[in-house]
Amino acid sequence: MKHIAIGILGAAALGLVASAASAATLDDVKAKGFIQCGVSTGLAGFSAPDDKGDWQGIDADFCRAVAAAVFGDGTKVKFTPLSAKERFTALQSGEIDVLSRNTTWTINRDTALGLNFVGITYYDGQGFMINAKKLPGVNSALQLSGAAVCVQSGTTTELNLADYFKSNKMEYNPVVFEKLEEVNAAYDAGRCDVYTTDQSGLYGIRLTLGAPADHVVLPEIISKEPLGPAVRQGDDQWYHIVKWTYFALLQAEELGITKANVDEMKNSDNPEIKRVLGTEPDTKIGTDLGVSNDWVVNIVKAVGNYGEMFERNVGSGSPLKIARGINALWTKGGLQYSPPIR
Amino acid sequence: MASQEILREEPRSGSFINDPKVRGIFFQAVVVIVLVALVWWIVQNTIDNLTRLRIASGFGFLRGRAGFDISDSAIAYSSDSTYGRAILVGFINTLIVAVSGIITATIIGFILGVGRLSHNWLIRKICTVYVEVFRNIPPLLVIFFWYSGVLSVLPAPRESINLPFSSFLNQRGFYFPRAVWGEGSWLILVALLLGIAMAWFVARKARQRQMATGQQFPVFWTSAALIIGLPLLAYALSGFPLSFDYPKQSTFNLTGGFQVKPEFLSLYLALSFYTAAFIAEIVRAGIMGVSKGQTEAAGALGLRPGSILRLVVIPQAMRIVIPPLTSQYLNLTKNSSLAIAIGYPDLTATTGTVLNQTGQAIECVLIMMVVYLALSLLTSAIMNVVNARMALVER
Repeated sequence: MKHIAIGILGAAALGLVASAASAATLDDVKAKGFIQCGVSTGLAGFSAPDDKGDWQGIDADFCRAVAAAVFGDGTKVKFTPLSAKERFTALQSGEIDVLSRNTTWTINRDTALGLNFVGITYYDGQGFMINAKKLPGVNSALQLSGAAVCVQSGTTTELNLADYFKSNKMEYNPVVFEKLEEVNAAYDAGRCDVYTTDQSGLYGIRLTLGAPADHVVLPEIISKEPLGPAVRQGDDQWYHIVKWTYFALLQAEELGITKANVDEMKNSDNPEIKRVLGTEPDTKIGTDLGVSNDWVVNIVKAVGNYGEMFERNVGSGSPLKIARGINALWTKGGLQYSPPIR
Repeated sequence: MASQEILREEPRSGSFINDPKVRGIFFQAVVVIVLVALVWWIVQNTIDNLTRLRIASGFGFLRGRAGFDISDSAIAYSSDSTYGRAILVGFINTLIVAVSGIITATIIGFILGVGRLSHNWLIRKICTVYVEVFRNIPPLLVIFFWYSGVLSVLPAPRESINLPFSSFLNQRGFYFPRAVWGEGSWLILVALLLGIAMAWFVARKARQRQMATGQQFPVFWTSAALIIGLPLLAYALSGFPLSFDYPKQSTFNLTGGFQVKPEFLSLYLALSFYTAAFIAEIVRAGIMGVSKGQTEAAGALGLRPGSILRLVVIPQAMRIVIPPLTSQYLNLTKNSSLAIAIGYPDLTATTGTVLNQTGQAIECVLIMMVVYLALSLLTSAIMNVVNARMALVER
């Protein structure tokens, strides 16, 4: 009762009072029967609605994985599209349960904003894209002095951009919009010379432009952009569920468990696979986490392992064709590494 | 009726509860206490929740380094400036677009309002169509119309449209030469101020003379000569200290000169044209509110139609026009927050960015609310002063 009243009054007074952010997110989620997941307003490969209106992408699939872990059913997710500006308030106020929206992990967001990042689902870096047809001689970001640069407001991108031009003693003209679509439209219309955002985003955005072949992504990467999902602070159980969902995706790939062979793998004699898939007798790994013991089976059945998720959404199986690079498993020279599930 | 009054005046012996005075005070006190308790409760809950969620709060963040750049700034600003200064830049941008929008909207609105009452069929119809079209479109669409429909179809910087006086128009905005004031140019400013002061003095004297003797004095031409002539004289005397910085083509854009960005242009034009439609209707209502007898009486005195409008009708119409005009000015100021859709860095946009970079949502929303409230109250206060001066002086 008190919570409802606070919610109504607070919303009326300030529009965004941090209200009924109950400590037990898991109970709330189970009671309502689905996970409310904050995604982007449309970034190809990460979270964007397809022609049927279903959300596709790594970030969207991550939410399905969490739903599969909690409910055993990856479809029990509702998506809330959020602008860069709205995302943290939506999570703080309890409007969403998980923020899975190509969001960069920084210390400020982890401490002062009351968030907890669970891991890095995509290692990214900021890059620049130009129209090579209009600007033939330009092949390095260091030649961009004096350019008009399109950027989305309220992002780490905006800050890195200012730092990069300042440290290289170059001038630029920021053209700033709140929504991604507005930035895309302005760049496509020629309002600015350069588009800057995370490099993965640039590849995705290039596909949506009028003439994708005219545009090139410059080689420089000017920042570290570790993108990952985040939850509210103060609820360790929910934090662990979301965090270990991410690790389970990695562990499954490492052990070769795929969407196709997961049922077969349940009969495996390998103790590690048995532990992960919850087929060990009297296992308590899942129940200790607050979910069922076959949680990893459910996750992999819903979205596959991390590698499958990557290839399907941004890798070779997608129009983006981004190489695994540093997003490969640690065993293959990448940075993706899961602590042991035991 | 009479019996009720008698009943009320009759004192009930010893019964406090039924005393209307005591009751009145009691209920008012209850309302005040409940209101204060409610506000206190909301504030307390917010603080509790913020602490529980471990979200930093307070206004200390305003002193932190902003780290982002702003495209349009009237004051010195860089990414090294503070968050507080970034918000100030946004506030000044809101002020610039609101003031310039109000002036333009008023001028267009008055012309249209008078035009709607014109005897000329074509003028009347054109004004009617204008008002009906703009009044019935949401302001956001008008802004998009100017931004995407008009300004973004202009040519790229390399194919800029050349305008007279070395001005250029392209999709990055409107460029014109910037005046560079050399040594001794302060003399021109002094001369201009002197000219304005003298023109005001002449106008006053002329009015006094007309009141006393009925003789007229060519105030307009004298004032024009003073305001334009004196600075020109000063310009010549100080040795022509003015030079111009012309816009030039560079790798990406035109550089140099003065650039008016398309974001500002489309917001300014859209707000002016949109609000002008409402002002036109207010002006029309004001003019129609002046009784026809006034016009006829003025005509009988031998005044020409132009003078009737200027001297008799409009001064009386202003009394009707000013109060609703105030709300249109407030609307325009508040509608300027739609700037966010086209990326003009107004108060809402910059504070929004600060909000997102710092996560101080409640503080930033509070700042925006207080600033817009103060701006609106200030506009109202100014318009109330104007209204008081225009109001009918009863003798």
